[in-house]
Amino acid sequence: MNLYKLTYKPLGSIAVLVEWPKLIDPDILRNISLFRLKIHADMGEYVLETVPAYNSLTVFFDTAKIKYSSVVTDLKEIYATKDQKLITANTLWKIPVCYEEEFAPDLEHLAEVKKLSVKKIIELHTEPLYDVYFIGFLPGFLYLGGLNPKLEYPRKDLPRLQINPGDVALAGNQTGIYPRVSPGGWNIIGNSPLSFFNVDETPPCFALAGDKVKFVSVDQLRHKEILQEVQDGVYNMESEIYE
Amino acid sequence: MFTTWKARFMNNNILILSEGMHTSIQDIGRKGFRSFGVPISGAMDKFSAILANKLLNNDEKLPVMELTLVGPKLLFEDHSLIVLTGADMSPEINGIPIKMNHVYEVKTSDVLSFGELKFGARTYLGVKGGFLTEKKLKSFSYYDGITSQDKIHKGDRIRIASYDASLDITSSMIKVKNSHFDAKKLEVTKGPEFNRLTKKHRELLFKRQFKIDKLNNRMAYQLKNKFPALKNSGIITSATIPGTIQLTPSGKLIIMMRDCPTTGGYPRILQLTDIAINQLAQKKQDEVFKFDMESSFDFLGRLVSRFKD
Repeated sequence: MNLYKLTYKPLGSIAVLVEWPKLIDPDILRNISLFRLKIHADMGEYVLETVPAYNSLTVFFDTAKIKYSSVVTDLKEIYATKDQKLITANTLWKIPVCYEEEFAPDLEHLAEVKKLSVKKIIELHTEPLYDVYFIGFLPGFLYLGGLNPKLEYPRKDLPRLQINPGDVALAGNQTGIYPRVSPGGWNIIGNSPLSFFNVDETPPCFALAGDKVKFVSVDQLRHKEILQEVQDGVYNMESEIYE
Repeated sequence: MFTTWKARFMNNNILILSEGMHTSIQDIGRKGFRSFGVPISGAMDKFSAILANKLLNNDEKLPVMELTLVGPKLLFEDHSLIVLTGADMSPEINGIPIKMNHVYEVKTSDVLSFGELKFGARTYLGVKGGFLTEKKLKSFSYYDGITSQDKIHKGDRIRIASYDASLDITSSMIKVKNSHFDAKKLEVTKGPEFNRLTKKHRELLFKRQFKIDKLNNRMAYQLKNKFPALKNSGIITSATIPGTIQLTPSGKLIIMMRDCPTTGGYPRILQLTDIAINQLAQKKQDEVFKFDMESSFDFLGRLVSRFKD
């Protein structure tokens, strides 16, 4: 596990911020996920929760049970241990997305400036297996990595006041799905009928950091059907386990 | 006998006659779901919320009602014990002024109303046994998309614990320090990106008086002052917590509050201590303060010294 030179800093008086080199990199994602698993297994007694991000892991600890410096000592010790085989079953989630005009207000403009056909953009967007790096910003907002560089495009100068639940959007080198109504500056190229955050389910999000996501293009009719199936609780999510 | 039966089978309710500016139910926060992007939420001024529960001899984790700048008007449908802490909004029961930090018994049809805001920004209403609103992800704290509403509306009936009238009122006199409401200096420690600040930045940060912008709410407080931006202004998105102070590329200082997102992409230059978050939660637009790193060295000396350049 001891692959990177990590830095440890306090975040307020309640957490240790562990930082990896300043990169968005699938190997760092794997290293963070593994470290995270080991922390919960070995330090569960006083670690309350951990929050992964692209190149960091924030470890919240019980200040009544342990002090900052001891948490750092324990973290360093765990990180230095020889790599143990931990079974990490991750899931590849297939996410239906309708890219038709009604759901994709920015797709045509994107095609124009990129000098690509709409069809080609959909092809490039549905091709990769995106890595789920972490969930943040809003409950259920997945930070995905792996966007084709041909689709990189700056965020809009003027954010939209309303982005709808399930809207699939692009900005910079990122792509993501808005889990609920929110303002936002990303370029909307489609909509998924799935629900990305369910407050009454445990866990509330189906995808977790370390999983993968693939977008599958569906037409408007299928989008409508899936939306109904999701509402009725009968939608069968397509997924595969991978190592 | 009747009381026991009533306690078990009847709801106690508060009817909302008018909703005030932003009234919500809050406890000490929603912990354990940050990795799903769920903010911690909870009372903006945790000190006053806990005080309300302590005065009622409640568990300090019980939910209380948070009132912001303009109080609501409430009708008690049943007996209860109540207390108000935090900002003084000139509270009255049936038109008769009542004191802050003092337990009162209310009876059926009693009306609690508020008038002029004398000091502070947020008031907490505690009731004996707490509010019995929906609990989502282990917390009662209202948050849009987690609880079914994000604030209380006129006409709502809010369930509260039933109250056994045979309990004695224990009246304890509490005087909250003025500094809780009029602190001119807010304690800070260094944020993870503090070291990116130039000498000039640091001088400005600790000499200057900062003014609260009109953009201030449960999510964040923006400061009015223009501040020089950093050269490398971006960071790779990483964790933020209540009290994290971010410096945006346009030179705005934004202080994250209880409903802040779990992650953010701006440099985290300073971090308010928990006491300072509570103090800031009692400040409103155009109030001024300075950042103070000195006292935080004493308070968290060991922690902060790790950061020496």
